[in-house]
Amino acid sequence: MQPFGVVNRFGWGARGDAPPQEVSRDWLAGQIQGPDAARFIGVGDTADGLIALRTQRKEKMKGDPLVKPILHAEIATQLDNLLLTEQPFRERLVWFWFNHFTISLRQGNTHGVIGAYMREAIRPHVTGCFADMLLAVMRHPAMLMYLDNAGSIGPDSPAGRKSHRGLNENLARECLELHTLSPAGGYSQADVTSFAAILTGWSIDMQADRPGFVFHARAHEPGRKTLMGQVFPEGEEGGVEALHFLGAHPATYRHIATQLVGHFISDTPAPRDVARIAAVLQESDGNLGAASLALVDLPDAGRPGGKFRAPMDYATAVMRALSMGGPPSGPEDSHAPAHILLGAFAGLGQPLWTAPLPNGWSDRAADWSAPADLLARTDWAWRIAAHVRSGDPLDVAHAALGPALRRQTVLAMRQAGSRQDALALLFSSPEFQRR
Amino acid sequence: MMIRRRSALLGLAASWTLGRSSLALAGSGGGPDDPRFVAIVLRGALDGLAAVTPYGDPDIAAHRSGLLLPQPGQEGGLLDLGGFYGLHPALAGLHALYGAGQMLPIHAVAGHYRSRSHFEAQDYLECGADQRMDSGWLNRAVAALPGRGRRPDGYGLALGLSVPLLLRGSAPVGTFAPAGSQHPDPALYSRIAALNASDPVTGPAFRDGLKARGFSDSVMDAAAPAPGSGHRPEPFSALCAAAGRMLTAPDGPRVAALEIGGWDTHEAQVGRLKGPLGQLDRGVQALRGALGADWNRTVVLAMTEFGRTVRMNGTGGTDHGTATVAFLMGGAVAGGRVGGTWPGLRQDQLFENRDLAPTTDLRAVAAGVLHDHLGVARGALARIFPGPQVQPIHGLVRVA
Repeated sequence: MQPFGVVNRFGWGARGDAPPQEVSRDWLAGQIQGPDAARFIGVGDTADGLIALRTQRKEKMKGDPLVKPILHAEIATQLDNLLLTEQPFRERLVWFWFNHFTISLRQGNTHGVIGAYMREAIRPHVTGCFADMLLAVMRHPAMLMYLDNAGSIGPDSPAGRKSHRGLNENLARECLELHTLSPAGGYSQADVTSFAAILTGWSIDMQADRPGFVFHARAHEPGRKTLMGQVFPEGEEGGVEALHFLGAHPATYRHIATQLVGHFISDTPAPRDVARIAAVLQESDGNLGAASLALVDLPDAGRPGGKFRAPMDYATAVMRALSMGGPPSGPEDSHAPAHILLGAFAGLGQPLWTAPLPNGWSDRAADWSAPADLLARTDWAWRIAAHVRSGDPLDVAHAALGPALRRQTVLAMRQAGSRQDALALLFSSPEFQRR
Repeated sequence: MMIRRRSALLGLAASWTLGRSSLALAGSGGGPDDPRFVAIVLRGALDGLAAVTPYGDPDIAAHRSGLLLPQPGQEGGLLDLGGFYGLHPALAGLHALYGAGQMLPIHAVAGHYRSRSHFEAQDYLECGADQRMDSGWLNRAVAALPGRGRRPDGYGLALGLSVPLLLRGSAPVGTFAPAGSQHPDPALYSRIAALNASDPVTGPAFRDGLKARGFSDSVMDAAAPAPGSGHRPEPFSALCAAAGRMLTAPDGPRVAALEIGGWDTHEAQVGRLKGPLGQLDRGVQALRGALGADWNRTVVLAMTEFGRTVRMNGTGGTDHGTATVAFLMGGAVAGGRVGGTWPGLRQDQLFENRDLAPTTDLRAVAAGVLHDHLGVARGALARIFPGPQVQPIHGLVRVA
């Protein structure tokens, strides 16, 4: 196995100030098998976010005065963690699964809960059972808001009859298409409609002491429903059973295996690799820790440069290579490392938590390697390199790339007229664009 | 392979990226009298029945009374398009173009596919084929343009950011994004380009990016607003204006693609549609303004991946459907009428009991414009739209 290929492939880029790390399967396995070491400061839970939203609405406050600080605190602590983490494999899995179950700030008014969603619904399950993550996601207020299920009402339910309101199929459709079966699973429009009916009543109680998920029986479509040939009972239980059915469906395993191999190994996943990961999921009842480790064991896992860095990957890798980050970023401090990283994500085309559509951001080279994309990277890296006042750029290069560093890049850096130019060359080299 | 890419566009400077819009240009510079073509992809599925409402159809009220605007002539009402259809009032600029014979909505169009997945449908819309391909129909059309390559490098131009699938392919296509304030000096750029020269992905990207920046900076600087004027146009309008300036430059591109989102109105549609429709309307006006006299040589095609359900859903919105409306705009358009064949809204006339039935293939519209306006040879259309033969619709543009 090619060691440095792996640290960058499965993580977020080597830190310049970390002690030389023996990159081994054991090191990667340890991140998955051990406890999650991430600690987040200055943030609450989903109920806190919903209370802020409720109070803003009740008091007709303008400008999100209560929700904004929650979002800023989440950004500061989560991006600090990304810069500093010593469990980069686990951390990449967290962001991978968040992207799989995307929530975007573009829709659904989720600013106050998006960070909590990631910490509560995604993070605890990245090495656990896929069906558990699916259930946690689908019950989370952020997802119910983002994909409009909170207001979906069974037309024949008491609430539906009274208000003449009805189904909204958005969450049901995206869950089948993106989160679970994928179109290859062969569901029909009737399945979408039926699944939407199953999920009626899955909503949010905004009035509770601690607002959160609620099953509104009065809004739930009565009767048994059929999804993919299976019959599910009326009530909340029907939805739970349907999600367990979907979460353990062979088509779902094939779909998420394809996504995993595409993210970690190659833009064009080899059928052999997909079949291997799908088989591990099948044998382990959807254990994501086992599937993640099986990725490391794929034959091409250590081949360097197999994946092009998306803007988030790139900006984070630059800042980690420059050993940026340290004391917690103040949520309102525009010079704090988390804010610099936030600005880079936006400037390079992948603003944090704002994927355009529910399928999340692409992780394919073709989507991020347009001329304007690369020039933006170079310009940003050159500006940030201006702040590096000490150290030998070649040390940064060796720490960041190890054996993947090309001789040609070293020569160009040696001939550079300034530390800033040498780092700009490093960060513009073809090998730094990849993980 | 279902979830291939989403053209996430972006790549614009930070303040532009949140605007749900983006721009890419292509096409070789020819002469100043060349026809211009602009494609606008409305990502997220525009409700054609809300944009161009058949208020004269006796069945529409039964399906969606909660979504209908007042009839023409009433306050906040539709803008009349000849007695049966009415245009959404947020499209007042388009209505003026209609009055001038320069706007042609075509109703009940759909792609050749029947998918209610945004992602599949956008891919098929942009490929113009029955299967997902790695190139878009507009790129293949650029490759087939007569006289392409008269310039030494045959290089289209580049404005924009990530290239949408519509414009990806073998014909050179550039991208443009407003440049940041500080840059490395040209010598460092050239060393960076050399460092990447042998790389199949980053090599061409740096080379073309630097070339494009050299061109676009000179054009864009000349048109930059006076410092301190304080007014910042909205992103989509700014991109439309940039596209217009590039398209009108003597050695500029002749084909552009833009995209704008915000159409996926599952909830509270009446309120939510006003924003994106208004942006589209102002963007087309900005494009027209920047094109100046070249507007008369221009056709703009605005299209979306599919329509939305005829019936209102349970949350004041609409779900994914089938047929919808497409717009042709420009001085070269034979407009002032509504095109297409109205399928009716009686229950037995709906597609799968829920959607507006498709009566016109969007590819036939595009093929008609490519042939009659851009001069793409009939024989090339089969390569541009592979699969079952597409019959171009004639009479969409004024042929000089």
